Amino acid sequence: MPKTRVVEIEPVTRVEGHGRITVHLDEQNQVDEARLHIVEFRGFERFILGRPLWEVPVVVQRLCGICPVSHHLAAAKAMDRIMGVRKIPPTAEKMRRLMHYGQMIQSHVLHFFHLCSPDLLFGFDAPAAERNIFRVIETNPELARQGVLMRKFGQRLIEVTAGKKIHGTGAVPGGINKNLSIGERDGLLAELPQMLQWARGAVQIAQDYVTEHRALAESFASFNSSHLSLVREDGALELYDGQLRAIDASGNIIFDQVDNQDFNDYLMEEVRPWSYMKFPFIKRRGPIDGWYRVGPLSRLNCAGFIDTPEADQAHQAFKAFTGGQPNPMSLAYHWARMIEVLHCVEKVERLLHDPDLQGTDLIAQGERQEEGIGIIEAPRGTLFHHYKVDEQGLVTFCNLIVSTTNNNEAMNRAVTQVAKSHLSGQAKISEAMLNHLEVAVRAYDPCLSCATHALGQMPLAVELYDAAGGLVEQRVKA
Amino acid sequence: MSKKRIATVSLAGCFGCHTSFLDIDERLIDLLQLVEFDRSPLNDLKRFTRRCDIGLIEGGCCNEENVHTLQAFRRNCDILVAMGQCAIMGGLPVMRNAIMHSADPLRECLETAYQHSERVYNPSNQIPNDPALPLVLDKVYCLTDVVQIDYQIPGCPPSAETLWQFLSALVTGQPLALEYQQVKYD
Repeated sequence: MPKTRVVEIEPVTRVEGHGRITVHLDEQNQVDEARLHIVEFRGFERFILGRPLWEVPVVVQRLCGICPVSHHLAAAKAMDRIMGVRKIPPTAEKMRRLMHYGQMIQSHVLHFFHLCSPDLLFGFDAPAAERNIFRVIETNPELARQGVLMRKFGQRLIEVTAGKKIHGTGAVPGGINKNLSIGERDGLLAELPQMLQWARGAVQIAQDYVTEHRALAESFASFNSSHLSLVREDGALELYDGQLRAIDASGNIIFDQVDNQDFNDYLMEEVRPWSYMKFPFIKRRGPIDGWYRVGPLSRLNCAGFIDTPEADQAHQAFKAFTGGQPNPMSLAYHWARMIEVLHCVEKVERLLHDPDLQGTDLIAQGERQEEGIGIIEAPRGTLFHHYKVDEQGLVTFCNLIVSTTNNNEAMNRAVTQVAKSHLSGQAKISEAMLNHLEVAVRAYDPCLSCATHALGQMPLAVELYDAAGGLVEQRVKA
Repeated sequence: MSKKRIATVSLAGCFGCHTSFLDIDERLIDLLQLVEFDRSPLNDLKRFTRRCDIGLIEGGCCNEENVHTLQAFRRNCDILVAMGQCAIMGGLPVMRNAIMHSADPLRECLETAYQHSERVYNPSNQIPNDPALPLVLDKVYCLTDVVQIDYQIPGCPPSAETLWQFLSALVTGQPLALEYQQVKYD
């Protein structure tokens, strides 16, 4: 048995949720393998059983405080189906879209400005004590202020549509529980020109970064993969609704215009013993070759065009960068993410001028169904919610594939590739080298709090003491 | 006045309390005049660098690692704050403690997620159990089950306004007077 060393990063920081990276090095200090472990287990798919269907869109958000709207809307879309509603009223759909675009804006901005910008501004090698938003506020106050206020705008959109910035209640099975008041609308409209300007600036920052660091972007966690996303019938980028499209690394269609309700025919998840997060794959291609990527990069790779003018122009520049071929670079996620922010701001502007938002027809009725699937493009990628409900309205089955889960294999490949190129042969591994691994993971903006849904073989005691020092609980891993 | 030193962590939470904290928006800039941050998921300090005045904790304990982290916070912080419903009483994750008609809720949760599904490819039929994964606790515990907590801020999540007023009062030593409407679960 050769001796190996294990280098560990725990916890992975400046991401949402809880992860750990391990790198296994052999005697020659060559990287054997590197893994991103998702270390938390919740059990939502089991403990939601027996709960009333009305509760689900509100409860399920509590899986993730960064992207709660995505879960809220995916669950609501599934429950629309279960209520027998194929089409919710226009006011309801537009309110939900407004909520969703607000969510995209705030989540993407949070990731780019609050979490990732230190890596891009100060370099991957900057001292650990420097790499945070607080330092960005000190050194680039104007940029930080823009990030903070753009995110505030996104959160405000969520607040006026969902009733609350985090874990709201706006979407209900069959529709929405409020419309948009004129006062709320006008307050948002007043801020739009500024937001558009800043969104353009953010696209420029991200585009310049990838363009100026082209050699880095092409070598750092860049690899061929399939891509999956929802698209509109005409192939346009579509974030709230649409059908599934998958393409291979050369841009050839694997499948297209797959109806949401049929997704189980195309995708499956693999369990591996070292992570609580499963590994989805395209069934037709099998568990080895069937992995794919999702999220901003994949959406822009899958979409033929964008239906808002400025984002479409940015999209064309994005495509031209790789000669029309799908972009394989993990670092290009940042660029794609900011193009989506611009798109969402343009969409919000159109919606706010739509009188349907002041409509009063909020909820549609239909004939109850047993089963429903809701799919949405969450900030981090395609999110799948699948439920069955009995005649009492209680949940009898639940299966979720959370956005980040789709990128599980890709994130592990990114970590392994960067570990091999930056850590192999190094007798001494510096903190800065380790940050490179986290930069690779961060590009995917993983939301590890919601990506997890054991008891091993090693004896290990856990003791719980109460405040007075008395032993409350002792548990030994058998 | 020297700046107060704050550490934050999310244990078995959803990150929503941290997100809500960021909803103080422009006041983040004001806050940096009063405090400096030690270990937090918002920066890259992964361990305590020195003793802290305040520890803000989101989430309860669902695995051994959460317990160890919480104990480290108790050892290294003068004041510990349970931020939000998960930290106070377990929140959503605590739903796995009491599944009707189930003698072993945790086992059922694991089996549902990894074994009993035609949608899962799991040829060896194993539940994740690698040594790199922390041991899952039999139940989800709230913070006061494990250590002494000095303050609890209710809410799922507590609003940015509530967090701002609480922190401002704590950092400046002023009395805290939260509006009645701000002290609530949701």
